[in-house]
Amino acid sequence: MTTLVSLPVLLPLLAAALSLVARRSPAAQRLLGVLVLTAIAAVAAVLLVHVDEQGPVVLQLGGHAPPFGITLIADRLSALLLLVSAVVTLAVLIFSIGQRIVDYGRGTTSTAFLPMYLVLCAGVSMAYLTGDLFNLFVAFEIMLSASYVLITRRSNAPRVRAGMTYVIVSLTSSLLFLTMVALVYAATGTVNMADLAVRVAELPEGVKTVLGLLVVVVFGIKAALVPLHFWLPDSYPTAPAPITAVFAGLLTKVGVYALIRTQALVFDHDASWTLLLVVAVLTMIVGVLGAIAQNDINRLMSFLLVSHIGYMLFGLALFTVIGLTGVILYVVHHIIVQAALFLVSGVVTRHTGTVSLRDMSGVAKAYPLVAVLFAVPALSLAGIPPFSGFVAKIALLRAGAEVATPTAYLVTAGAVLTSLLTLYAVAKIWVGSFWGRECPPHPDPDPTDEVTVGTGATSRPMLLATGGLVVAGVAVAVLAGPLSAISERAANDLLDGGAYREAVLGQGGDR
Amino acid sequence: MTINLTMAVILAALYTAGFYLIMQRSLMRVIIGIVLLGHGANLFLQVAGGPPGVPPFIGMAGLDEMSDPLPQAMALTAIVITFGLLTFLLALAYRSWVLLGHDEVRDDLEDRRIAEAVAEAQEMSAAAETTEAEDPEDAADHEGTSETGESGNEGDTGPGVRR
Repeated sequence: MTTLVSLPVLLPLLAAALSLVARRSPAAQRLLGVLVLTAIAAVAAVLLVHVDEQGPVVLQLGGHAPPFGITLIADRLSALLLLVSAVVTLAVLIFSIGQRIVDYGRGTTSTAFLPMYLVLCAGVSMAYLTGDLFNLFVAFEIMLSASYVLITRRSNAPRVRAGMTYVIVSLTSSLLFLTMVALVYAATGTVNMADLAVRVAELPEGVKTVLGLLVVVVFGIKAALVPLHFWLPDSYPTAPAPITAVFAGLLTKVGVYALIRTQALVFDHDASWTLLLVVAVLTMIVGVLGAIAQNDINRLMSFLLVSHIGYMLFGLALFTVIGLTGVILYVVHHIIVQAALFLVSGVVTRHTGTVSLRDMSGVAKAYPLVAVLFAVPALSLAGIPPFSGFVAKIALLRAGAEVATPTAYLVTAGAVLTSLLTLYAVAKIWVGSFWGRECPPHPDPDPTDEVTVGTGATSRPMLLATGGLVVAGVAVAVLAGPLSAISERAANDLLDGGAYREAVLGQGGDR
Repeated sequence: MTINLTMAVILAALYTAGFYLIMQRSLMRVIIGIVLLGHGANLFLQVAGGPPGVPPFIGMAGLDEMSDPLPQAMALTAIVITFGLLTFLLALAYRSWVLLGHDEVRDDLEDRRIAEAVAEAQEMSAAAETTEAEDPEDAADHEGTSETGESGNEGDTGPGVRR
């Protein structure tokens, strides 16, 4: 079982190398990618079941004694997120394969996409599984450097400009991360997170606060909290649809995961944290207002993404079991729904040839299926009752009402308001692109350019992948009972921290 | 842990210069800023390991005289990572220079839209002042046309608006 923990990191890295070797045969590359991601999903599912029954699984790399070597650990939270991420990356891969099948003959079959995509998956898995602060930095770098290549691949002028912003902002936050690691090491003499949990508690209050704040800034840039969100709506929409989908679904959520893990495990809070509550409500409101002001469908959804990061912060800032349960549910729901929405947007913009909501109309008539595929995740994002967003939101609102401080009430009210405004924002997309009379597609400005695909057919794998994600989103709502139960157990683990510490430090040394 | 004062001053200087350069508009300066920040962070990792000592091999010296190998390993990893990303950044900057013909970091999309809206509002109020004396309806008319004009132009304002 312990070797299983290393597979989600090792498999995609090896497959990335193999697919570079097999670059002359795109079919083999594709097959390899699909197989590996399916395998990761299977491994994650097995891990989740095992971990839920028998507690965390720990792997000490190289057999070093616990606080010195690198630790990989799968507990309920990381196994759950690993499973969801694997499903989303698989769906996005199938979508991009589908797009490539249609675009074949445009001279766009690229051999660099798949290796980079697999490296990105390896980085994401490693970030979930690592139990070591410095290894978390390495995981972020693996993930980000792959994302740099994906976002600037086949670059034209606007993409280089947007990519530049993205790379510089991410690099700066990475260097701050490194600074934080150095400070933590100087203060405590360890970077093992389970060990840190004990040592940080012994630090003077001032040092603890500085370190905690630096952690919030570092992961805040990656997760796009409001004063630090400016880079996201500028860079994400310039990438091709599948890449935007995986960035929006996963990369920011990995930042949120790191924030949850460090704050809950290392910087333990007894009561709700007012500063993070204020940031949460700002993130929600500013994000959704920004979204309403947009005309570009992808920019609109990028702002919505920022806005909904606020919900996750809200639950985290409360530091109660029910709040953290809500966060975990929300992260699971949001990864799936946001990726599905960006994939639908990819299909819509291919059909209409434009991303401007004013210039498109009548997609529902031409493509009734796509309209349904948009409506389900959009309503889910807004938190309309039968869908997955409602389950997660109601947990968060309950958590806010239970804490019952004036700030918590204020943020709860902000969350309700944001929910309504989100409905307005997705209705804006609906009215702009799906309703109205059918209009002819806009002409393709540059037929050789993969990104500015003006118009193109939608292949079956693309619809299949999008539909699969939408079904996964519905499944989250259907399975709300068991999912809430496991989220609650994961939240208990997080707040308690004892099982995690014991798994890493107690018995893991001689493996 | 006590820290060497010289090292503290050098670190402060590297971080200050790095952040100052990142705030600049020229891409080349931003990159040099990243380089300085990277050096600062790597040096910081080293300093975090405490004062220098004997190489940490078993039997060479007592535990107290050895230097701490862990931060050195971390700094080495971090140096490789920052170096690799720096080469990527340089390649990207070169690409940007080839494509755009300059190495200036431009304002983002929202900033440009706000600037355009402000310029337009000023123009409109100026136009309204001159036309108000003659015919108030004319001014309203002017407002209508300029609004549609703006929405028509929006496709050209920047990347991502129209694919």
